[in-house]
Amino acid sequence: MTLTKEPIVATSRAANPARRPFGLVRHSLALARRSLIKTMRTPEQLLDVTLQPVIFVVVFVYLLGGAVAGSQHEYLQFLLPAIMVQTVMFASLATGVGLNTDIKKGVFDRFRSLPIGRSAPLIGSVLGDVIRFVVSIVVLLGFGYLLGFRIQTNPGAALLACLLVMMFSFAVCWIFVLIGVVMREPGAVQGVAFVIMFPFTFGTNMMVPTDTLPGWLQVWVRINPVSDVMATSRGLLIGGPVAGPVTSTVLWSLGLLAVFVPLAVRAYRRRT
Amino acid sequence: MRGLSADRATLATVTNYAFQAEGLVKRYGKTVALAGVDLAARPGTVLGVLGPNGAGKTTAVRILATLLRPDAGRATVCGHDVVREAARVRRVIGLTGQYASVDEDLTGLQNLVLIGQLLDLRRGDARKRADELLDRFDLTEAAGRPARTYSGGMRRRLDLAASLVGRPDVIYLDEPTTGLDPVKREDVWGIIRSLIRDGVTVLLTTQYLDEADALADEISVMDHGRVIAHGTPAQLKHIVGGQTILVRPVDPDRLADAGAILEAVAGQPAESPHRGVLTVPVDSDAAFTTVVRRLAEEGIGVVELSLRLPSLDEVFFTLTGEHTEEVAAA
Repeated sequence: MTLTKEPIVATSRAANPARRPFGLVRHSLALARRSLIKTMRTPEQLLDVTLQPVIFVVVFVYLLGGAVAGSQHEYLQFLLPAIMVQTVMFASLATGVGLNTDIKKGVFDRFRSLPIGRSAPLIGSVLGDVIRFVVSIVVLLGFGYLLGFRIQTNPGAALLACLLVMMFSFAVCWIFVLIGVVMREPGAVQGVAFVIMFPFTFGTNMMVPTDTLPGWLQVWVRINPVSDVMATSRGLLIGGPVAGPVTSTVLWSLGLLAVFVPLAVRAYRRRT
Repeated sequence: MRGLSADRATLATVTNYAFQAEGLVKRYGKTVALAGVDLAARPGTVLGVLGPNGAGKTTAVRILATLLRPDAGRATVCGHDVVREAARVRRVIGLTGQYASVDEDLTGLQNLVLIGQLLDLRRGDARKRADELLDRFDLTEAAGRPARTYSGGMRRRLDLAASLVGRPDVIYLDEPTTGLDPVKREDVWGIIRSLIRDGVTVLLTTQYLDEADALADEISVMDHGRVIAHGTPAQLKHIVGGQTILVRPVDPDRLADAGAILEAVAGQPAESPHRGVLTVPVDSDAAFTTVVRRLAEEGIGVVELSLRLPSLDEVFFTLTGEHTEEVAAA
C-alpha cells in the first residue's frame, strides 16, 4: 500500500473534466464494449447462437424437406431465409436473461450511481449483443452454403436482408429487455420469453406455405409481423416481391422501438 | 440519547453539511426499513453509521446515493437534493457497495477505464487515472487479470479505486470490511484514513464497533430503522456513564488489599473480570488520583493501572438492551 503519495481525491472540482457532448452515445458505446469484452471472455455464451441454427436447419430440412417440398435441396432454399429470422430473434432473447442476471450484481448499482443516462446501461447491453446476431447469421449462412443453399439475388440484396433482420431483432430485443428488467429471476425471464417467442416465430409460413394451413392459423400468420420479416428475408435472398414486406419490417421495427424502449427504461428507473 | 438530542438542535441551525438526511422514511410493504432517520456530516469528516444487520444502514446509503427514493423525508449532498437533483448528486459521490461491485469478467484496468469513460474522461485520461489508482492501491501487477481471479482483499481495493475515479467529494463505504480477515481490514482502514487526509467526506457503515471507534469523527447508532444515539465516540461512551479503573498488582497476593482500596474510594466492591485484575466504575477522574496515592502508600506495586472509557460494545448494550451479533458470536 502506497499511502504517502499526493492527494488522490482532493483538488477535485478543478480536476473534473468539462461535460462533453453526446453523453448518451458515448456512455452506451462504452457499456456496449463492456458487454462485448464479457462475451469474448466467455465464448461459451455464443454456443446457443452457433448450435441452434445448425440444429434447426438439419432437423427441418431432413425431417420435413422430403414431405413438404419433395426435395431437400428445394426446401433448403425456401426454409433457410426464414430460419435466419427465427435464429436471430432467438439470439435476442438471451439479452433479457443476461440483463436480469446482470442487474442484480453490484456493478449495476455502481452504474446507477454514476451521472449517466438511465437508458445507457440498457442500450449498452443490447448493442453489445448485436455480436450475437452477427455470429448466428454467419454460422447459418455458412452452414447453409455447405448444404447447398445459394443466394439467388446479389450480395447487396443479401446484405440488406441481413441488416433488416438484425434491425427487427434489435427492436424485438427491447421486449425482452423490458421482461428482463421487470422479472425477478432469470429463469422466469426465459420462460416468459419462450412463451412469447413460439407463436411469433413458428406461427408463420416459415416451414410451409400459408395456404396449406387451416383458416384460423392463416389469419394469425397474415397478422404476425414476423411473416413479413421472413418474406423480406426470402425476397432479398432468393428473389420475390420485397417492397411490401420491407416497408412492413421497417415500420414494425420502429413501432416496437417507440413502444418498448421507453417502457424498458421506465421500468429500469423504477427498479430498486 | 443525550448525544442525539444535542445534535438535533445543531442540525437545524448549521447548514454547511457535506451531506444531510432529515426524517428519511422507507417502507417495503409492511416492513419499515427506515422510520425517520437523520444523518449528517460536515465536510472532511467521517460519519460512522453503526448497527446490526437489518438496522437500515444500507437503505439509508442507497437513498443518499440516489439509488432509492425515500417515501418521506429529504436528503441533500453538497447542497443538491437527492431526488430532484439526482444527476448533480451523482457527480459528487462515490459508492462502494456492501459486496464489491466490480465487473468480474473485466480486468482491473478495464473496470477503472470503463468508469472513467462513463464519467466523461477522454480515453487517454481515463487510462491515466486508472493507472494512478491501480498504483495507489497496489494492483498494478494484477491490472491485466479479470477481477474474478482477485482475492477478497484485492476486490475491495479495486472497488474502492472504482469509487474514486471521479474524485468524489463524498464517499459512501457500505460495510467495506465485512468478511475480510484482520490484516485485510487494517489495509482498508489505512486506505480510509488516507481518504480522510485528502479531505473527502466519508459515510462509513459498519457492524464493527472498533471500526467506528477507530475511523469515525461522529457516530450514529442505528437499530430497527431509527437512529438511537448520535455523538462522538467519546460522547457515546459517556452515555453509558462514568469511567472504569483497572488495577493489576505485581503480587497476586496483594489483590485483596488493592480491592479494599478500590472499594473504599469507589464506594462499591471491585469486580475481577480476569485473573489478577480488578475493575471498578468511578464517577470522576479525581478518584483515580486517590487510588494511585493509596496504592503507593500501601506499597502495592502494579503492572497495569488505567482509567478507561467503556467500549462501544458496552454502549450498544446499554442503548438497546441487546448485544450486537459480533458479541453474541464471540
